[in-house]
Amino acid sequence: MASHPRIAHPWGRRTPYGPGEPWPVREDVQLADGLTPDDVDRWVQSAAVLHSNGDGLDIAVKDGRIVGVRGRTVDRVNHGRLGPKDLFGWQANHSPDRLTRPLVRRDGRLVETSWETAMGVVVDRTRELLAEQGPSALGFYTTGQLFLEEYYTLGLIAHGGLGTNHVDGNTRLCTATAAAALKQSFASDGQPGSYADIDHADTIALFGHNMAETQSVTWTRVLDRLAGPNPPRVLCVDPRETPVARAATVHLRPRPGTNVMLMNALLRELIEHDWVDHAYVDAHTVGYDELVQRVADYPVERAAQVCDVPVGDLHEAARLLGTAGRLLSTVLQGFYQSHQATAAAVQVNNVHLLRGMLGRPGCGVLQMNGQPTAQNTREAGADGDLPGFRNWSNDAHVADLARIWNIDPMDIPHYAAPTHLMQIMRYAEQGTIRLLWVTGTNPAVSLPELARVRRILAQERLLLVVQDIFLTETAQLADVVLPAAAWGEKTGTFTNTDRTVHLSEKAVEPPGEARPDLDIFLDYARGLDLRDQDGDPLVKWSDAEGAFEGWKECSRGRPCDYSGLSYDRLRGGSGIQWPCTEDAPDGTERLYADGRFFSAPDYCESYGRDLVTGAPVSPVEYRALNPDGRAVIKAAAYQSAHERPDAELPFQLITGRTIYHFHTRTKTGRAPELQAAAPDVWVEVAAADAAEQGWVEGDLLEVSTPRGSVQARLRVGGIRPGVLFLPFHYGYWDTGGGHAPDGPGRAANELTLTDWDPASKQPIFKTAAARARRVDGDRTAADAGPTRTEEER
Amino acid sequence: MSRLATAIADLHLAEQELAAAFGAMAQRHSEDHEVFHLSRDLAEWSARHVDELAHLASDRDIALIGADADRADDAPAGVGGRRAVRDRDDPSLRLLDDLRDVHRRAAGVSLDWEVLAQAAQTLRDGELLAACQRAHPDTLRQMRWADAMLKSVAPQVMASG
Repeated sequence: MASHPRIAHPWGRRTPYGPGEPWPVREDVQLADGLTPDDVDRWVQSAAVLHSNGDGLDIAVKDGRIVGVRGRTVDRVNHGRLGPKDLFGWQANHSPDRLTRPLVRRDGRLVETSWETAMGVVVDRTRELLAEQGPSALGFYTTGQLFLEEYYTLGLIAHGGLGTNHVDGNTRLCTATAAAALKQSFASDGQPGSYADIDHADTIALFGHNMAETQSVTWTRVLDRLAGPNPPRVLCVDPRETPVARAATVHLRPRPGTNVMLMNALLRELIEHDWVDHAYVDAHTVGYDELVQRVADYPVERAAQVCDVPVGDLHEAARLLGTAGRLLSTVLQGFYQSHQATAAAVQVNNVHLLRGMLGRPGCGVLQMNGQPTAQNTREAGADGDLPGFRNWSNDAHVADLARIWNIDPMDIPHYAAPTHLMQIMRYAEQGTIRLLWVTGTNPAVSLPELARVRRILAQERLLLVVQDIFLTETAQLADVVLPAAAWGEKTGTFTNTDRTVHLSEKAVEPPGEARPDLDIFLDYARGLDLRDQDGDPLVKWSDAEGAFEGWKECSRGRPCDYSGLSYDRLRGGSGIQWPCTEDAPDGTERLYADGRFFSAPDYCESYGRDLVTGAPVSPVEYRALNPDGRAVIKAAAYQSAHERPDAELPFQLITGRTIYHFHTRTKTGRAPELQAAAPDVWVEVAAADAAEQGWVEGDLLEVSTPRGSVQARLRVGGIRPGVLFLPFHYGYWDTGGGHAPDGPGRAANELTLTDWDPASKQPIFKTAAARARRVDGDRTAADAGPTRTEEER
Repeated sequence: MSRLATAIADLHLAEQELAAAFGAMAQRHSEDHEVFHLSRDLAEWSARHVDELAHLASDRDIALIGADADRADDAPAGVGGRRAVRDRDDPSLRLLDDLRDVHRRAAGVSLDWEVLAQAAQTLRDGELLAACQRAHPDTLRQMRWADAMLKSVAPQVMASG
């Protein structure tokens, strides 16, 4: 198959523009071979689902099948553009190996069964466990890829109906730190900035964020600014030479695990040079003096040594941040999945608070999401938090939620922070969580230390329910498999990183007996006969729009207010940013424009946590800070990483992504162009390390840690010496092993360690110590790794 | 030995024992990963305090007592209070006991720092006061951590036993 031009040229052609000008429209269309737009029966409105960008698109339908996609030129997010995953990923919907019937395990094998039987197993076991142990036996692990309506319903059932505190989403792996950092600084989740800040910024700083590959359309927007008049200056913090690094004015390549050291040194420079908006700090923040005191211990010379970054580069980076007139910062996994995740991400917020650069065009922070609907997982309560950014440690918030749900406040678990995923896994390991229901995610590939994860999921005493569209590695370990409808086969809404809500309409029927996730949850609630305190059904809706109307009421008056939205309002035009209310019917482009934050003690979502120990701040301590309406500047000391390289394990291992794949390739591995673009796992090694070891591109390396080993072909790259990079996408569903290796390991998470950030509880994927050796006698001298883009050739 | 000397020597010992208690907890609960990693991190804080106190002592010619390295580990969990008969092999209850133990030890250390800080003020010993102001917040954070961890794991331990 000849490669499609958008594989080697993933960002498409440039449409240059200058500061303050509108980003020009560019309509991207991709249709099945031989079809033209005239052949399409219907275009059905939706948005992109294989990343967090929220690109508005229309799904092309012909003869009841999806045959392509077209970017929506009216949409505020993408102005018509689509990324490679959007252009080709839809083909996975029609894969012949979609799950079409429920499965149950009988005599050790998964066999087809009816919905009634499969749901009966789940409902009966739930009842048994409730009688024996109570709700603490039940755990729910969901995703960042269902729809808002589905999360809200799941949260209602789990929290309000069953009363379990064990609910989380795979957003925990992904952008739990984004939420945590926003809660620490602004006392509530909610993205301050807007993608449109790219149009106005004179300086764009990307912290551990390879935007070019993770949000490719938004990177296109940056590239168009860089190609236009008066382009912005770009700061990149990343140990790899990513496309972002190649476009950067200053590129810092810190040693993995040292982000807080780096940020503290940059903040100290801002203070030393008095690049501080004192009027803003005085009027709108608390905690400045403590920060000044804390970062005094972090001169650039010290950071240069610990981070192994030239002093001059640190000075230059600080100058970019300090002299910016309009600063946009973005943060992603290089911070979120690394050591001291929340502490580091919060320091980026602090840069903006010190500089008074929030809530104005070009002045914003984007604590990025990774998945299309991650924001909804967080706001609707499917990550364990209470819906509507309610504060679990504020009894009035719990009572308010109980009023909306018409149940007793005691029925809503709020005695401790919600149980995060890694603790859910621990309880399952100990045998106190005995039913785990996994929806739309694949922990058997995406969690750290896979040998342990497989051992936990495979336990006889655990009833594992997996709801998905394919027989993933995790589904292969399940006792009950529920076939779900995919994007394009059901209706619902979802919200991207910059709070833009899109409606995604049903375009085609799901295959076989597959059903929308919402219908599956509703069926479960009916099976359990969940009731409110008047004896009426707990879940008051029976379709997506009804769930959305229920959610609107739940969100009313909260930071993520949807009360001014409706399905009708979302049809036809652009996506709309929350908060959207009667007073702001067209949504809100930027939060905190008036320097007022959601931090009043009675209103805020969170009182914060100790950045190092993770201990929640008590309501009394929080009130003592007197943050009413002000942002909280939080300082943190640097702590060295828990696992450091030594003579035995001389490399630092980091894991990450390629533009051509999403998560564990459940969909992208089934889209031919994407699969061909990055067909197998590779390991990126610095040229200097390869030369020193006598390795060349294409060599087969074995990378090992105390947890396991992986074999991968060597790709020489611009990564910092001493660091190895493995993509985490590759598991076993398309190998002989099925759900586990049947030879050398392939999944990066065979190697990662079980450790997480104490504040956000996000696992750490980017600071493991590893060794590597060449597997003798296997030398292909061929290119390895993903297709090289035109600029890399 | 002056009373101040005694207070410094006592705290020096108590911080060593607190570090050892954190270390022992990390060892016992290595599969509870947050407990494992945080215990080791927080043990380092106490170790740092021990060094600081040794420095203060040597500046003041105060003799210090070395802690018996095994003492904290051997001390019965839940030291200082009688506990009902229990299965000592139950790792979940052991975790609650260990958290209770480090909380109590840290509370003692906190009060010791309080006494030293008061002494430093009345004796107008700026160096000592600065040391107290650096160290005491760490101790309070160690206590809050133990308290928070206990709160978060206790419900599951209690509901499933």
